[in-house]
Amino acid sequence: MNGKAHVFGDYVNTDLIIPFRFKARTNDPVELAKYCMYGIDREFPKKVSKGDVIVAGVNFGGGSSREQAPVAIKYAGIGAVVADSFARIFFRNALVIGLPALEIPGIQKQVKAGDAVAVDLRKRTLTNLRTKKTFQAAPLTGFLRDLEAAGGLAAYHKRHGKFPWEPGKRKTT
Amino acid sequence: MEARRILTDPSLSFAEKALSIKSGREVRAGDVAVVDVDLTLAQDSTGPLAIRSFQEMGLKKIFDPRKVFIFLDHTYPAADEKVATLHTMVRDFCARHACNVVEGTISHQHLLEEQVVPGMLLVGADSHTNQAGALGAFATGLGSTEIASVWASGKTWLRVPETLRITLEGTLAKGVFARDIIMHLIGQLGEDGANYTSLEWTGTRLSIDSRACICNNSVECGAKNSVFAPDQLTVQYLRARGRKPMLDIQSGAQATIKEKTIDLADLEPQVTLPEHVDRVKPLSAAEGTPIHEGFLGSSTNCRLEDLQVAAHILKGRKVKAGTRLVITPASKRIFLQAVRDGLVDTFMQAGAVFTNSTCGACVGTHMGVLGENEVAISCSPRNYTGRMGSLSAQVYLASPATVAASAVEGRIADPRKYL
Repeated sequence: MNGKAHVFGDYVNTDLIIPFRFKARTNDPVELAKYCMYGIDREFPKKVSKGDVIVAGVNFGGGSSREQAPVAIKYAGIGAVVADSFARIFFRNALVIGLPALEIPGIQKQVKAGDAVAVDLRKRTLTNLRTKKTFQAAPLTGFLRDLEAAGGLAAYHKRHGKFPWEPGKRKTT
Repeated sequence: MEARRILTDPSLSFAEKALSIKSGREVRAGDVAVVDVDLTLAQDSTGPLAIRSFQEMGLKKIFDPRKVFIFLDHTYPAADEKVATLHTMVRDFCARHACNVVEGTISHQHLLEEQVVPGMLLVGADSHTNQAGALGAFATGLGSTEIASVWASGKTWLRVPETLRITLEGTLAKGVFARDIIMHLIGQLGEDGANYTSLEWTGTRLSIDSRACICNNSVECGAKNSVFAPDQLTVQYLRARGRKPMLDIQSGAQATIKEKTIDLADLEPQVTLPEHVDRVKPLSAAEGTPIHEGFLGSSTNCRLEDLQVAAHILKGRKVKAGTRLVITPASKRIFLQAVRDGLVDTFMQAGAVFTNSTCGACVGTHMGVLGENEVAISCSPRNYTGRMGSLSAQVYLASPATVAASAVEGRIADPRKYL
């Protein structure tokens, strides 16, 4: 995936990504996307082209458990979030709803706003096409790997007819 | 695997014991455990999305409807038509699946009062689910779709967290409360300082109300769960409500953990400056800052002991002209007790607004939303930009006593002179 980098700082919390009063009034992902990054830049959704990448500092997505935060980002057209580090629930939610989240410590300083970047989800790398440098994300383990590979929990369930932690269904012959 | 052997193993932490027993195999920090879930919660801002996911995944049946609770508490009663539509969606779903819908009382406090027992594993689509650790449960937050998957499967997966044990020493000085302890810790660790970590609290015995405040607020430094292992006080609390422990899990003496000590006698009232939850300072750093609103509410505080200290400060005094004080009890039960004990009388005489139990002002959805450039002091958990309303509003965090004292003066004030 190739796109433009949108760069944010440290400690971007879920209330900045989407304030409660907007996320608590609709279930529609397209409607949620209109408020993506509302706490930082109200014009943000208009600036995104499909496949763009958010690059951020430490503890991206801290605070509330709201799944609407990664949903708003995904439906705004962002293809992946790459950050120095993620808050626990956000990271889990992102993979569950099929928004790739790559943790690369120090990445925020390696990318400038507007840089063209390429994210390789198979290798889990980000390449800054301006500086020609490639950075490796930490590997995923266990169920997180399964979720990312499937494109989220619903996609996994659709394909396998079960959740990753459930034993395989016995085949009836 | 024998539960008894796990419970008595001195090398296992609380989290390792809890997740070993719930997964049926011995697990250690760093392992991934597939666990049986004893209780789930969702609320009116996460439940509708969970219901949508449940339906989109084609799930039909809830594993055990008695273990599924959805609360209408965040924007309750519905503040507008859009919220009302989502409330209706939740009521219809719960009726169809015979699971529990609870209206007009904050989830975490209601579950503490009526459902949580030591040794329970609770997951909730709400980050403050950690609060149930106050009664010795392993409790953590997840997102909506994962909660939907637990509704269907009765299980989820959890990475077994490392442990940080906090030992409390000595006694709190006058005017210093549980909220000051946890704010102090958040300031020291930073907002991601306990990310993925299990916090175990030990030492000086605190009330159940105080434990609830600390466990609830622990997520503000990233904690995965936060727990006070059950003791005599836990047993008394349960007995008074006709409940018994599921498991008495105590952390092993030789468990591999990090440790930290807090000397309570040294602690002063704390204040958190706007925008980030870890900008914690001694209260003097913000004393005298003019305020428009005091908010005494949310699941983090506003239990009975909080209302009692606030009433003590407000008795015979008035909220300063030009300042409003919004008081929102943490549950219906606390509301009723506050009425019976005459606390509400005191609040009304002082000129405060006393609301129904809701998350309202804390999340800026109704009942105390801040306008442009307004300043508030609040005992709710978060002071993020825009959290309580306008992006230009500023929120300071402090204990209920500090909020009450500040409302009297119309500026951030030290509660010690009123106690």
